[in-house]
Amino acid sequence: MTSTALLEIDGVSKKFGPVQALDRVDFAVEPGEVIGLVGDNGAGKSTLVKTIAGIHSPDAGEIRFAGKKASIARPQDATALGIATVYQDLALCDNLDVVANVFLGKEEVSPGPGTFSRQLDEARMEHQTGELLSGLAVTIPSLRSEVGTLSGGQRQQVAVARSLLGEPRVVLLDEPTAALGVPQTKQVLGLIGRLRERDLGVVVISHNLANVFEVADRIVVLRLGKVAGSFEVGSTSEDEVVAAITGSGGNGEPPA
Amino acid sequence: MSAETATVAPVEKARAARSETVRRFVQGDLASLRVVVGLAVIWAIFQFENDRFLSAENLTNLMLQITATGLISIGVVYVLLLGEIDLSVGAVSGLAAAIMAVLNVQHGWSPYLAIAAAVLAGTAIGLFQGSVFSRFGVPSFVVTLAGLLAWQGALLQVLGSTGSINITNPKITGLANIFYSDTVGWIICALVIGLYAGVVLVGHRRRVAAGLTGESVAPLAIRIALVAVIAIVAIAILNSDRGLPLAVLILLAFIVGMEYVVKRTRFGRHIYAVGGNIEAARRAGIRINGVRVAVFAICSTMAAIGGIMGASRLLAVNQSSGGSDLLLLAIAGPVIAGTSLFGGRGSVWTALLGALVIGSISNGMDLLALSSAVKFMVTGGVLLIAVIVDAIARQQRQAAGRI
Repeated sequence: MTSTALLEIDGVSKKFGPVQALDRVDFAVEPGEVIGLVGDNGAGKSTLVKTIAGIHSPDAGEIRFAGKKASIARPQDATALGIATVYQDLALCDNLDVVANVFLGKEEVSPGPGTFSRQLDEARMEHQTGELLSGLAVTIPSLRSEVGTLSGGQRQQVAVARSLLGEPRVVLLDEPTAALGVPQTKQVLGLIGRLRERDLGVVVISHNLANVFEVADRIVVLRLGKVAGSFEVGSTSEDEVVAAITGSGGNGEPPA
Repeated sequence: MSAETATVAPVEKARAARSETVRRFVQGDLASLRVVVGLAVIWAIFQFENDRFLSAENLTNLMLQITATGLISIGVVYVLLLGEIDLSVGAVSGLAAAIMAVLNVQHGWSPYLAIAAAVLAGTAIGLFQGSVFSRFGVPSFVVTLAGLLAWQGALLQVLGSTGSINITNPKITGLANIFYSDTVGWIICALVIGLYAGVVLVGHRRRVAAGLTGESVAPLAIRIALVAVIAIVAIAILNSDRGLPLAVLILLAFIVGMEYVVKRTRFGRHIYAVGGNIEAARRAGIRINGVRVAVFAICSTMAAIGGIMGASRLLAVNQSSGGSDLLLLAIAGPVIAGTSLFGGRGSVWTALLGALVIGSISNGMDLLALSSAVKFMVTGGVLLIAVIVDAIARQQRQAAGRI
């Protein structure tokens, strides 16, 4: 755990009834670093992300953000700190266009009297959305397309772009490439690379080891709620990671 | 990579914008246009059968016939946008009219106070139904069905033993019976055209100022010209009969105002979001229950206003006020005109268009002296077709979304 870490998880545990979902998990994300969080089903990946995002509160342990202890009790707390989460089901409104989805819940309004009568500043929102998307090199046919008409990859990119609106410093992505075709997966992986270039800390949950190896700097393996290994992508192999996932070797934990 | 996309973008964007327009037309976002075509067909058929149908007198009557339903439908559109339904609008409109009549006629309240009390009663009913719906998670269908029965009972209670109250106060009867002179009609026409042109041009300038290329000026000019032609023709027709009715002006003012709220304000955007994907709305930090309660309050308020307008036209309130087919027509109208029953799609204009379609069918059949048996069956058929079109459009969108 270096002191430069943006987000540090220190000995976090979480129990659901008799199930120990997270067991003294430690890990850290630095600015400009992409962490691939992998593990078998039920290993605790989603629980960990939800704990960081404020949906679950940990039973024990500490979360530090930019070196300071953070108390994340609600999703809003995480957002306020600068932690954005993109869930697997994206949560986009298919009936609204790209601009409306990017600004959903954070709409810009023109100045004027009366909260109810104030007009949405569509021009400004469209302009900002255009800049945001082109900054990420995202290509979408029209900012006024309904999101329901976009491809899976485009929807994923809209969801990621939307999470960047509040200028977060850490982005958590839950299975961003699941259910995507090959070219669309490539688009999304490219997008994750550009998040790194912006010096954001990125945590990517994925089942797809090939994708993780392509995009991550470091791979953290969870197994049965514990960290079963942490590997630098440059100096490891898929076999080593798979061994850690399945528990037949790897460092940090004896075989089950 | 980025340089390449930058150079390709303008051409691609223009092409995408064009195909977007085509797609919208086909997939029914411009469902309103289909309805306008349907309305033209209906008018042509009735005019062919009876040449008095398109006379200035009958068209004025048609407009007067649809104002009460149209006003109620505005509120129904809001509820439909949430993907919910309000079955109590008919009963609420009758109850509000009765409250106004009793306060004005029997208790001698001033007409303004009586109207205000009736409208507020509608708002209170809506707040109550919306709160029960969002607090206890009871389906809106059931909450408002209970409301339908309860408010009908309240109507009988308020009317008391007389069962019927005649309204004579000129301020109240004037709502549906005042016609403006030709000059005033033309002045209002000019104001409407001027305001519309102003809004369109200011919007365009803002887009340009924000660095968006946006649409070129030609389509804007066509839109302004279209509105101008419609306004001029409408006023010319109305003026050649009794003139512009106050009731029509009230209906249009509410439609424009409520369309503004739903399309241009943050609150309106949140209505669409809740109706489109409630989970997405919740995660975006939208206060779902607040939106729901507000929408049900708006719906019942509009029902009360429609009820007052209906009573003014009828010059009386009786035990069947707000009963019979009013509820179903008020809900059928927007659906026929393209507001989705599944939530998240539609506009307030569909309240007017739908009321026009249903009103035209009813009015035309009356002219042809057809029985109400035929009338109901035809209206039912039209509604069924409209709902099927809505369901097909939804299936197509879902199929397209998965590609």
